[in-house]
Amino acid sequence: MIARLISSLLLVLLLATPLRAEMLRMAVTTSFANSGLADILLPEIARDTGIELQLLIVGTGQALRLGAAGDVDAVLVHSREAEEAFIAQGHATHRREIMYNDFIIVGPRHDPAHVAGAGSAAEAFARIARAGAPFVSRGDDSGTHRAELSIWSRAGVTPSGAWYRATGQGMGAALNTASGMGAYILTDRASWLNFSNRADLVLLVQGDPALFNQYAFLPVNPARHPHVRAQEAALVEAWLTGPRARELIDGYRLHGQQLFHFNATPMVTK
Amino acid sequence: MVTNLLPLRITDLELRRAGRRILGPISLTLEGRGITVVLGPNGSGKTSLLRAMHGLERLSAGRIDWACGEAVARARQAFVFQTPILMRRSVLDCIAYPLVLDGVGRRAARAAARAMADSVGLTGVALDAPASVLSGGERQKMALARALIRQPQILFLDEPCANLDNASTREIETVLLRESARGVRIVMSTHNVGQARRLADEIVFLFAGRLHEAAPAREFFAGPATPEARAHIAGDLPT
Amino acid sequence: MNDIVSGLTQAVRLIATLDANLVEISLRSLQVTLSATVIASALGLPLGAWLAVSRFRLRRVVIATLNALMGLPPVVVGLIVYVMLSRSGPLGVLGLLFTPTAMIIAQVIIITPIIASIAHQAIRELWADYHDLLISLHTTRAQRVATLLWDSRRALLTASLAGFGRAIGEVGAIMIVGGNIDHATRVLTTAIALETAKGDFAMALALGFVLIGLALAINLALHVLSGTERGSRW
Repeated sequence: MIARLISSLLLVLLLATPLRAEMLRMAVTTSFANSGLADILLPEIARDTGIELQLLIVGTGQALRLGAAGDVDAVLVHSREAEEAFIAQGHATHRREIMYNDFIIVGPRHDPAHVAGAGSAAEAFARIARAGAPFVSRGDDSGTHRAELSIWSRAGVTPSGAWYRATGQGMGAALNTASGMGAYILTDRASWLNFSNRADLVLLVQGDPALFNQYAFLPVNPARHPHVRAQEAALVEAWLTGPRARELIDGYRLHGQQLFHFNATPMVTK
Repeated sequence: MVTNLLPLRITDLELRRAGRRILGPISLTLEGRGITVVLGPNGSGKTSLLRAMHGLERLSAGRIDWACGEAVARARQAFVFQTPILMRRSVLDCIAYPLVLDGVGRRAARAAARAMADSVGLTGVALDAPASVLSGGERQKMALARALIRQPQILFLDEPCANLDNASTREIETVLLRESARGVRIVMSTHNVGQARRLADEIVFLFAGRLHEAAPAREFFAGPATPEARAHIAGDLPT
Repeated sequence: MNDIVSGLTQAVRLIATLDANLVEISLRSLQVTLSATVIASALGLPLGAWLAVSRFRLRRVVIATLNALMGLPPVVVGLIVYVMLSRSGPLGVLGLLFTPTAMIIAQVIIITPIIASIAHQAIRELWADYHDLLISLHTTRAQRVATLLWDSRRALLTASLAGFGRAIGEVGAIMIVGGNIDHATRVLTTAIALETAKGDFAMALALGFVLIGLALAINLALHVLSGTERGSRW
């Protein structure tokens, strides 16, 4: 009986192992995946190019590490300095800017640090630090975390102390933490709009150009990792910078708001 | 076909456990036919001696030599323990188990087990029921059937009737006499003088781990060599 | 409290409508975990039996190691498997990272010590009962292992189910080596983690209830199939 059970199990397992013809594995940031835009783009890419995109949803830091190890074929991230270092180290041949979205600062409704009236993101951060109001940081080397750190340095503050809580987790988990403690947090707009456990949190600061968040596509260097699917990566890159992508990205609305702004330049022929 | 296992020579055998000598030194030779009864009060070392002969004990000193060599001898002997060891199987599968080990097909092994159950008087029992439902007497018969199914040339039994009622005791004794008549060499222990009188061709009398006497049964009961043996026969010692 | 109620309602709705995504990730959960359980049992049960009947110098070390491995954090297992399977790692050429196979490997490493350890305990007790008989019957070591495995099969089913239970609810390791890729390596637990991260507690709870139901169903099914509850005790 047991032998029969095991053999039929094994048969099921063999049959269930899928064979995929054309596939591209891409590491993307949490903010992109949480926005819901991926769910719109993926089927269209599959239809137009015949390529099935497999998304690994991680922070920018881990995405670049996956690319450097050759475990993904391409990355779609938002941290320019890190991207340029990535290219300088030979992990990618180039970066293509695709679109941008923006970060916002959210916090408790009664706003103890009075950031709502701050003119800029840096000023808002400075007020939070002065008030010693609780602030939740991703603290995970993600693109959002790097953007946060650059705002702190612009504000002239080295964040530390009991009020500064680094969670080391993804955007959603960090938002959960902030809503649980009634803390301030820097988040991308998409994650915020999709986040349903807001409790007392409200949007306080937006619109500062310092908060704009550029996404770029980087194909992993096939000279470094011969097994990567460079052809498929080129096809997806062409699609992402083409007219169909512009239409879908600019047209995407979440709760009535436009999240992403297409700003790719057409393919330059080498 | 029949290689002689016997004589079995035991030379200066000693068993020590935790620094205490529990048996020996004993020198003894086992030969011929019939039933040898290892007799003695509780704690005299009967079980240890039987287990040592069967190869279940690590010897502290001395040697045990079979005429045909250890490996051959092991394959042709069986042991019935004082408390029957029940396997988590049906009665029939417990009895058939040694044959299955020998590579006999399950169907043939079970057929042989059924016949063997009959021949030891294990009747009126659902042979497909778990062995754990058997009564004390039935368990001992099951163990006896399991021991006999490989047709051993030597059968060891350790106090096979110690916990049984008179009827079960008689049934088992009948089987033992029959198997002995068929040529199976039987070596068994008991503290029961009456059983020794009924079954023994030869008596090995142990007392406090020492061999007091090894003699033909008639001789032993007619004139025991030591006062301890005399007292045991007379029932003066606690048994 | 509110989330629990809406989670339950949502679970009922997902199951009643046979939601395609739910069916897909549930089947993948089962595929990965059942494979891992079968493989880990094939390794762990004989290992447990062998440890029970063997006496060798490093036996205690092996048993202590097994017990220690039981407490190994899945995330560490995930990381080790990740590093091994990464394209830059020693087994990178196999291209197994971010596939169900990688998840199975991680789960096998996590649950084999559990299955072996529980099996060892059960078989050690049975071996104490059977010891004299099996020595007397002149059995080979392989015959002893086979006999003990067969006669303690019910306890061993429990061992395998303990492994299954640990694996089906595991998220740390398979998140790392599987990557939680939609339609490729997303399973119930990683989907729960994702929904939690999105702050959609109701959906996360709904998936959690489905997971509990699935684990219960598998346990009951195996017990009924093996007849543990009927017939007599051995």
